[in-house]
This record gives sequence, C-alpha cells and structure tokens, in this order.
Amino acid sequence: MRKLIVSPAPHVHGNESTRKIMLDVIIALAPSMLVAVYFFGLSAIMLLAVSVAACVGLEYLIQKYMFKKQPTVSDLSAVVTGVLIALNLPPTAPWWIAVIGAVMAIGVIKMTFGGLGHNIFNPAIVARVFLLISFPVIMTDWTIPTSWFRPGVDAVTGATPLALINEGLAQGQTVEQILAQHDLSYGQMLFARVGGSAGEASALALIIGFIYLLVRRVIRPHIPVTIILTVAVMTGIFWLIDPTRYTDPLFNILTGGLLLGSIFMATDYVTSPMATKGMVIYGIGIGVITVLIRYFGAYPEGVSFAILIMNSIVPLLNKYIKPARFGKEVKHA
Amino acid sequence: MRRTFSMGGVHPNDCKISADSAIEIFPLPQRMYISMSQHLGAPAKPLVQRGDKVKTGQMIGASAGFISANIHSSVSGTVAAVEPYADLAGNPVMHVVIDVEGDEWEESIDRTPDTVREITLGPAEIIKRIADCGIVGMGGASFPTHVKLSPPPGKKAEFLIINGAECEPYLTSDYRLMVEHPEEVLLGARIMMKALGVTKGYIGIEDNKPAAIEAMRKLTSSAYTEIEVVPLKKKYPQGGEKQLIDAVTGRKVPSMGLPIDTGVVVQNVGTSFAVYEAVQKNKPLFEGVMTITGRCLPAQHNFLVRTGTTFDRILEHVGGVPQNVAKIISGGPMMGKAVSNLSAATVKSSSSLLLLTEDQTLRRAESECIRCGKCVQACPMGLEPYLLNKLSRAGRMEDLEDHKVYDCIECGCCMFTCPANIPLLDYIRTGKADVMRIMRSRPKK
Repeated sequence: MRKLIVSPAPHVHGNESTRKIMLDVIIALAPSMLVAVYFFGLSAIMLLAVSVAACVGLEYLIQKYMFKKQPTVSDLSAVVTGVLIALNLPPTAPWWIAVIGAVMAIGVIKMTFGGLGHNIFNPAIVARVFLLISFPVIMTDWTIPTSWFRPGVDAVTGATPLALINEGLAQGQTVEQILAQHDLSYGQMLFARVGGSAGEASALALIIGFIYLLVRRVIRPHIPVTIILTVAVMTGIFWLIDPTRYTDPLFNILTGGLLLGSIFMATDYVTSPMATKGMVIYGIGIGVITVLIRYFGAYPEGVSFAILIMNSIVPLLNKYIKPARFGKEVKHA
Repeated sequence: MRRTFSMGGVHPNDCKISADSAIEIFPLPQRMYISMSQHLGAPAKPLVQRGDKVKTGQMIGASAGFISANIHSSVSGTVAAVEPYADLAGNPVMHVVIDVEGDEWEESIDRTPDTVREITLGPAEIIKRIADCGIVGMGGASFPTHVKLSPPPGKKAEFLIINGAECEPYLTSDYRLMVEHPEEVLLGARIMMKALGVTKGYIGIEDNKPAAIEAMRKLTSSAYTEIEVVPLKKKYPQGGEKQLIDAVTGRKVPSMGLPIDTGVVVQNVGTSFAVYEAVQKNKPLFEGVMTITGRCLPAQHNFLVRTGTTFDRILEHVGGVPQNVAKIISGGPMMGKAVSNLSAATVKSSSSLLLLTEDQTLRRAESECIRCGKCVQACPMGLEPYLLNKLSRAGRMEDLEDHKVYDCIECGCCMFTCPANIPLLDYIRTGKADVMRIMRSRPKK
C-alpha cells in the first residue's frame, strides 16, 4: 500500500524563513559594516567579531544549558543583534564593552523574556543605552573617521555633530557659526566624515541597506518613513521659528543615529507593531520623542530612548489598534 | 493599473504547466461510483436499485430539500449496488455503483455540436431547468446553482460576475474552457443574467491568462456587449467570492453577509458552461473538465471526465503515480483536499488531481513567531492570523469571536507566508468551527 501525506490545506509554502529574513538584514547592514571597516580598520573588525561571537555564544549557551532546548542560533537573529551592537559603539571602544553589550542584549533582554519573539524591548538598543549610561566616557569618545589606508594621519577625536551643536549653543554661538567652525556639511554626513558610532558614520550606506530591505520586502517603509517625516516636520517648525538656535531638518535626519535607528532598530519585527496603523502611530511617537529629547532633554541624540519608550507601548498598540477589516459589520436582527 | 482586491493576498508561483494541454475526452471506465452527496446541503435520495438499467443523463438521485441537488448517471449500464462507498477522505457516503455498458444517452439531450444561441426559456423556467439538471457551483464549494440564482425576498441582484480568476496555482480547467468554449461560457452567463433579471455582467480573468482574455474580448466586443471582460492583476485569492466582487466592482461584502448584499451574484466559468449545456442542450451535469498535473508527471492533461470515475483509473491512465509523489490533492495547492483514498471517485465539482513530491509540499518544523506581521499583511479579510492562532490554541472562544474568526475564508495566505512555518490555518480552522458552532447554538433573538 502506497503511503501518501494527508494534511489540511494549504499544501505549499512560500519558502520564507526566519533565517532568510535575518540573512537579508545582515546583507542590508553590509554596506555600513564595510564603511566602518574602511574608516576604522582593525578596531571595527574586532568590535564586530567580538560582538557577534558574544551574542551567538551567549544565546547558544543559555538555550542549551539553561533552557535545555535545541539551540536555534542558526536562525541568525543573534548575529543581527551582534552586528547592531557593534555598529552602535564608538569605533575606538575596547572589546569588553561589546561583551557587556551582548550580555545585556542577549542575556538580559532577549533570553529572560523567553528568546526570539518574546522580548518587549529591542536588545541592541537596550545594550546601547545601558552602555551609554554606565560608561559615558567610553561611549562618547567619538573618533572622526580618517582613512585606514593613510596610516600617517592620526585619528582625530571629537564629538558628534549634535553634541557639537549643543556645546556651541551653550557658548552662545549660532548654528551657522558652529557648522562653519567644525566644517560640518551634508556631503560629509552622507559619505562618512563626521564623528559618531561605527554604524552611523555614513548615511548613504544606511540608505542603501534600507533600499535593499524594501526591495526584498523584509520591512515595509511605514515605520522609518513616519519617523523621518515626523522629525523633519517638527525640527522644520523649530528651524523656521529660529534658525540661529535650531538646525534644519536635513541636518537632524542625517545625524544622531536617526537613520540607523529608524531603518534597522525601530523596524525590529518583535518589538514593533503588527498592523499598519499601529506602525504609523509607533513611528510618529518615536519621531516626536526623539525631537523632544534632542531639544529639551539631557542627551544630544535620543533616538534610542525614543524607540525604547515606544517599544513599551507596542503591546498596547497591538491590542487596541486593529487592522482594517474587510467589509462592514452588519447588524443582525 | 489592473484591478485587484484591496487588502492582503499572496503571490504563489502559478505553475500553470498544463495550460497548453487541450481538453481530451477521458475514456469511459468499466465501473462508475456516483456519490449522492456531491453538493453542499442534503444528500440526494437514490432513485434506482440494484439491477436497474440506466442511461447516460438519467436522473438517479433526487434533490432532498431546497439546498440540495439532483444527481444524474454519467454512463449507461446496470446498477451494481446502491451502498456506502469511501470518499476521498475515507468517509462512507451513499453511492450508486454502475457497471458500464456502451454509452446510450437520454434522447432528450441535444448531442449535436451546434452552438444554440437563442434563449427561449423564461427566467423561472431557466431556474427550474438548472435545478432539474443538478447544476452546482464548479468552483469548489458545490453550492446548488439554482439557489444562488434565487435571491431571498427583499434582495435584488444588479450584476452577475463570472469567475474566471482561477487563482489557484496549477489549475487550468477554467482556462481551457474559456479558450476552447468562450461563446458557451458567455451564453451561460447571458442565461443566468436573464434568470436574475440583470442587464450587466462581468467576467473577471487574471492577467496571467492573456489568451482567455483575448478570446472573451473578441466576443464581448461584438455579440455579447452586455458582458464586460475585466482583466485582474494576478494575486491569490482573487477567485474568492468576496475578493472577486471587491476586485471587479469595489463593493465589499459585509462581515457575515452574502454576496447578494452587495447586489452581486458570482458564478464560476465551469458553472456557466454547465448552465449553457443544461438550458440550451438539456444536458444534466455529469461531466466536467479536470486538470491532471504535477511536475513529476511525464505529461500534463486537461480531461473531460465523467462524474464517478475513480482517481485510481485517472492516475492509471496518465501512467501511474510516480514513485516520488508524496501527496495527491483534489483541487488546488492552496485550498484543495489531500486525498487519502485513491479508490474514491470524482464528483461534479472535481477540478483537478495535483501530484506533489515531498520537497514541494514539505511542512517544515514550526519555530517561534517572530511577530513579523506578514500574516496580518497577507490576510485578505483584514484579520490577525498570529493572534487567532494563539487564541485558538488557548481555547479562548470569546476572544476568537471578538477578533472575527468567523470572517476567515480559509484561503491559507497566512500559513503560506509564515517564515516560522507555524500551521496557522490548522488552528484557526478548528477555532472557527468551534466559534461557529457556539454562535449557531445561541437562541435567536
């Protein structure tokens, strides 16, 4: 007697898998990784390697020896977290900073909630914020990118553009004066000539990754676009009111990890809303909180905090913001 | 921009590998197994006994209620038995078993090849003829056609839509009918429009079938101007009734409502052809076009198969089941039923036998939900499959009802798209069945 498989429909599958999605995210991060390696050389390679190894290793050990389950590190989600942590560190950070970040991200944020799919907060962002608060000196020691291929030139340390603006404003300078003094231009921000973490050095590399994610349909544009639009509108209003105290919208979009955060961190499946309307609210919320922190908070940046705050209300958004249903409800007599 | 339905949907590879195989007449088997339950609703009552002689087209089962349908013999011969026989899932169903002798048709059936264009019957007579001839929906649900053509009091049809979407991968039986018999399909539509008293008809065809669109357009631009061909952007489940109405007219069938609530009646291409044959040729529904396909088969076929032919017989005719076949599906890969009993026989609405190898139909191990939301985006009804799955597994019936599980059309888009291989529809389907039972058991206010 012939054996046939009998199971309910559908009988075919679209062949999408968690591993393929994570691989696509890693590919989308590749331009930023390459830029980091190009400008920061061995230190960037070291941070990436240590961070990824620590995340994958920790996840493996926790799943195998604490959960006593078959480890699922082959789904590559820990690799993505590792890359994101490394790209959020100053390129000159010591290797153990990456390990502490990995312990926080994987050990505390991801695994204590039950692993992939169960965490409320984005692991890489919690790691960044934890390190920023715990090691403020190391975490704000930014190196202005100089070429690895010109070893004669010493790396120049400096602050990020947003920090420079805040410092300058505190000294009574206007935005225009500050920009001129520090030779900050949009070209530099696009092509990585300003200070910042390894991943936010080049806006162009991040945008290439964004386009790749959209083309591969890994993410939809709603979250990044609403964040960027909200920041543009809000900073635009401030800028129109007083251009001597406030930077223009484009400056705000290209700096402070806004692109890295909105493209790669805010779109994290697990910690972002499921329905389109929820995504839009989430994006607007991140944009508003980012601008409020930048202009009125203690930190010059703020995307990370904004994402974490909005992460915390995602379960509420999923509960109360439902997708548009097909067809109207009819009253039954 | 080509029209399509407004939300959700997926794009499976359409695999229409049998599209260029013209319809062949399937040879008569020696024994026929004709089910008395080939339609939605009450099984038909057998009218014959062991030893009776029957002719092709003779009524052998009588409709047993308003939602039921007559059954006709697809062959001539002697009734060998009237007894329960296992259907494709192995469940016993009353069958009339006939030993085939020759092929002697009822004299009342017009067997000439001429196309009869003049419609002489009036609306009531058309509906009666359709009921007499046992026409049921050929799209899969097998709903008796005469019921659909008789809107309940207070509801009025405005349009008829002929469903030529054939959005299921692999299936090509409707496509072959549209290419080889476009005028008969349109005449069937015209007959049903007369029965419904509507003056405007549409035929929705997905744009992966340009030859069908062209064949239909040639006729609708001259002789059949009351029917409009609507090319649709290929997307599954376009052939779902609610999705097709949305795609063609932009109207949305209300939650828990019927197509007629939007003033639309939808009929499948195969049904339209059967209506033509019933009304113009007085031929009852006892045969239909079936696609026999699979990449593992040496050749792809579209057969005109008499109802009651066993799957075994069909598979034997195409050279047997290849060694690497793991699953045989009656219907399409998205909504069809897996066959567990190959000695089962075809019914009126059988549209295909699809043979899949293990790697084509493998269910991979389920992993954690990564909350990607792809199921929410894919759901054509705007539901949240990830949540319905969880609620169903937890047995939370009230929450399932609040989240409209009853609106699920079981198209399988969610499960098709899930990167974590979660068997979403398996659980949603059982949860939906439970919720529907609870809802039906409530006292009517």
